[in-house]
Amino acid sequence: MNIHEYQAKALLAEFSVPVPKGIVAMSVAEAVAAATSLAGDIWVVKAQIHAGGRGKAGGVRLCRSLQEVELAADALLGSILITKQTGEAGKQVNRLYIEEGLDIDREFYLSLLVDRETESIAFVVSPAGGMDIEQVAADTPDQIMTVKIADDTVSVSESGGMAAKLGLGSDQLEAFHTLASNVHRMFRQTDAAMLELNPLLLTQSGQLIALDAKFVLDDNALYRQPAIAELRDLDEEDPRETEASRFGLNYIALDGHIGCRVNGAGLAMASMDIIQLKGGKPANFLDVGGGVTVDAVCEAFKLLFSDEHVKAVLVNIFGGIVRCDIIANGLLEAIKTHPMRVPVVMRLVGTNEKEGRAIVKDAGLDVRWAEDLDQAAEFAVAAAQREQASLSRCAVDQSDQTGRGLT
Amino acid sequence: MSVLLDRHTRVICQGFTGKQGSFHSEQMIAYGTSFVGGVTPGKGGQRHLERPVFDSVADAVEQEGAEATVIFVPPRFAADAIVEAANAGIKLICCITEGIPVQDMLRVKQQIANMDCTLIGPNCPGIITPGEAKIGIMPGHIHLPGRIGVISRSGTLTYEAVAQLTSTGLGQSTCIGMGGDPIHGMDFIDALRLFKDDDQTEGVVMIGEIGGSDEEHAAAYIRDHFSKPVVAFIAGATAPKGKRMGHAGAIISGGKGTAEAKFIALETAGVAIEHNPTLLGKRMLALLD
Repeated sequence: MNIHEYQAKALLAEFSVPVPKGIVAMSVAEAVAAATSLAGDIWVVKAQIHAGGRGKAGGVRLCRSLQEVELAADALLGSILITKQTGEAGKQVNRLYIEEGLDIDREFYLSLLVDRETESIAFVVSPAGGMDIEQVAADTPDQIMTVKIADDTVSVSESGGMAAKLGLGSDQLEAFHTLASNVHRMFRQTDAAMLELNPLLLTQSGQLIALDAKFVLDDNALYRQPAIAELRDLDEEDPRETEASRFGLNYIALDGHIGCRVNGAGLAMASMDIIQLKGGKPANFLDVGGGVTVDAVCEAFKLLFSDEHVKAVLVNIFGGIVRCDIIANGLLEAIKTHPMRVPVVMRLVGTNEKEGRAIVKDAGLDVRWAEDLDQAAEFAVAAAQREQASLSRCAVDQSDQTGRGLT
Repeated sequence: MSVLLDRHTRVICQGFTGKQGSFHSEQMIAYGTSFVGGVTPGKGGQRHLERPVFDSVADAVEQEGAEATVIFVPPRFAADAIVEAANAGIKLICCITEGIPVQDMLRVKQQIANMDCTLIGPNCPGIITPGEAKIGIMPGHIHLPGRIGVISRSGTLTYEAVAQLTSTGLGQSTCIGMGGDPIHGMDFIDALRLFKDDDQTEGVVMIGEIGGSDEEHAAAYIRDHFSKPVVAFIAGATAPKGKRMGHAGAIISGGKGTAEAKFIALETAGVAIEHNPTLLGKRMLALLD
């Protein structure tokens, strides 16, 4: 789960990590009031969306007067910000964060993550701060240092190594050790999956301060981080993904035409892959986990049938824990309110396979049965292509009737 | 021969009397597993599925000689359950539970690092030696005793591969589901080491997925140390970057962990890579003939 920059900074402040003074604003008036109450004569107006790359996309504006703050807030609020990480659709800006301006001496990169290689919490630091770290890693890997934290706390030698890499002077060593220790403590106590300060700033007066912050919570730990769980911003999520998560479904929207309805993450990915291999494009990833109910299955089908991009549906079930009869009953339940408006290809194998098939057949549903995944993918791709072809024929017919057809 | 598990392995279940624990324990017993009892704190002394219930793993080890355990306890208690089993001297720990906080698993891995036990999972289907015994949730009937070792990060996709190996008549020596979490027990290399020394195993089907670099490490190991034929599929060639694909560990982050990079690493190491997950059995058959 992601949270906003201003929320991450509030968490950092709780753990005594220096952050700039700032106030969140939901309207232009609030933005101006925020700037007024912050001391100084220079402010930064920052769009709050769950995606990086905001600066380059124009989502971070330096303002030298209250009037500029007003103009920036007015321009940003409600606008769609398209950054490297948002995709083409971009994200709507609903919240702003107004911060005091700071004198920058140098910018660094610092992050913490759960390192799969060393099975430990690790720091990643770089003197190339404020940049796209993936690009830095690709272009100048020697500018990046990864430090595995061996113990429960950061040792002086570990923080000293990082400080040296950043080129910090001896007068900053102690401040850096304190900062590293505090972010590490925060990482552990908040069940973070990732915490990134990019940039971490060294001001002209020699203070280290987190100028930007990104925090990702380990979803598996939501139950024991209720205060952070409350920070979830549903506006930042795909509404279909939110709806799916209410029923314990893993759903990720993609840009193809074949709706997938699979049990198990691996099989769901493999189904997407084979659709592509057969010349089609998956419309989604949808893993209905092990402990499924008819309700959850029904919800999954509704999601697919109500998605206008979906031109065919592929149901691929290899039932172990999942029972095929539950899948069949879920489909029956779904079509009561969401008619099967596109072809459905079904492959049902495993527990209660016969019962599942019988339920669908007895209901007289027009589905195409496939014997295996390979065949199922072929059928689904062909069905989606037919559907698209007939749609475009309809479009031509209609335009013919209005006299603007092809001549 | 087989690896890690046979019909004589004495197995218990932690979370024995719960819904999942009960259902799957029954299935394991029906498959012929030497299932000697289970653990549910507070219910020690009772009987369940005609087997004794113990308060602790240590009691089960002492009284029934338990050697292996399958864990179904809820995520918030699962990490402690793994450590309890290891401390009690259990040699094979199979954790089915999905949703354990990743930092809990960091702690578990540290605590059991120098202990004489093998952890499989968490968030995995378990392990089965067809015709002998199964520890986990896989459907037993799709398996066939045979010649191929299977190691996989995915549950249902393993069943897909297993069904193909069964229909081609190759069968399986042992199938291990290592699970979909980023921090986990046994990995590809651990399994390959075992399959290397197992006479019954003539080839290995390996199923990876996006995220992490277990497959790249396995490729290096195969190149240098493993001469039996390996067929590999990596799930997630079409997965978008930065999105968690169901499994906590299945995510392309920082541009790393793509299916393409894994396919290339494995192919370079001499592995027969297969982009169509429905052709794994046939591919293996062709390699062995």
